[in-house]
Amino acid sequence: MKFGIVVFPGSNCDHDSYHVLRKVLGAEVFYIWHKEISLRLFDAIVLPGGFSYGDYLRAGAVARFSPVMKEIVEYAKAGGPVLGICNGFQILVESGLLPGALIPNGKMRFLCRDVFLKVTSSASRFCHQYETGEVLRMPVAHYRGNYFAEEDLLKRLQDEDRIAFQYCDAAGNVTEDDNPNGSKLNIAGIYNEYKNVLGMMPHPERASESVLGSEDGLGLFKSLLEKI
Amino acid sequence: MWNAKIIVTYKPGILDPEAKTIHHALGSLGYDHIHDLTAGRYFELNLDGQLTKAEAETRVNEICEKVLSNPVIQKFSVELGEVKS
Repeated sequence: MKFGIVVFPGSNCDHDSYHVLRKVLGAEVFYIWHKEISLRLFDAIVLPGGFSYGDYLRAGAVARFSPVMKEIVEYAKAGGPVLGICNGFQILVESGLLPGALIPNGKMRFLCRDVFLKVTSSASRFCHQYETGEVLRMPVAHYRGNYFAEEDLLKRLQDEDRIAFQYCDAAGNVTEDDNPNGSKLNIAGIYNEYKNVLGMMPHPERASESVLGSEDGLGLFKSLLEKI
Repeated sequence: MWNAKIIVTYKPGILDPEAKTIHHALGSLGYDHIHDLTAGRYFELNLDGQLTKAEAETRVNEICEKVLSNPVIQKFSVELGEVKS
């Protein structure tokens, strides 16, 4: 299984994702410079966190026009798995691979702390190592992570079981008090229609080794490595 | 040459914490008669004078929809005028 991690100017979680896949899980991983245009060799693509193009215009808005993005859209449409973390999630919504938008945090603050996440839907190639309803702890680090969607889209996401993660308390209760950034329905991650694209604001790659305080993120990468 | 002045703002109903913060700051300075405050981004483009006005308009609208704004959360207004190059 070959993973590709896309590197944009300003990506800064690319090495963390590489480390987890290569050193912790022993997978085959390659960096993909954003000007490359062949993805055929890869079995899964990771769009890492960071501040691609300095977040100019809107987070993810410029990365979306990188040569590699056209290929990623094709790759995803052909069913290839694409995981977008943090800035990667912002790029996925800007490119239209995921619906909705990510706007500045409700309290106008950069957030950098651990949060609890409920696995709202584990039925996917990204999350089958988790149980639906399981509570995970991992960090968020973002300024524009406030997920916005109109009511009809939110309903569709719920009806189609496309909400992957929601912010919650330690017991898994999804409450407004545990919503760090003002996201609609406490949404922390969503799938596309076919569940081969996942975007999430929290950082599983920063919570994949006990020395870092949490291994809860590892299940995501393990899920991708192991067939359902 | 055509000159386009573009303003991008959030759609009504989308929380804009920046505008809210500025509004609040003005209130604490004693400017308390402000009902609403909108923050936005301003762009100015100069386009080739060979284009007709309709062509220039179409291009600018396309640029706004595709790049300068995110139609899910933002709206834009364009003021297009002719300038001597």
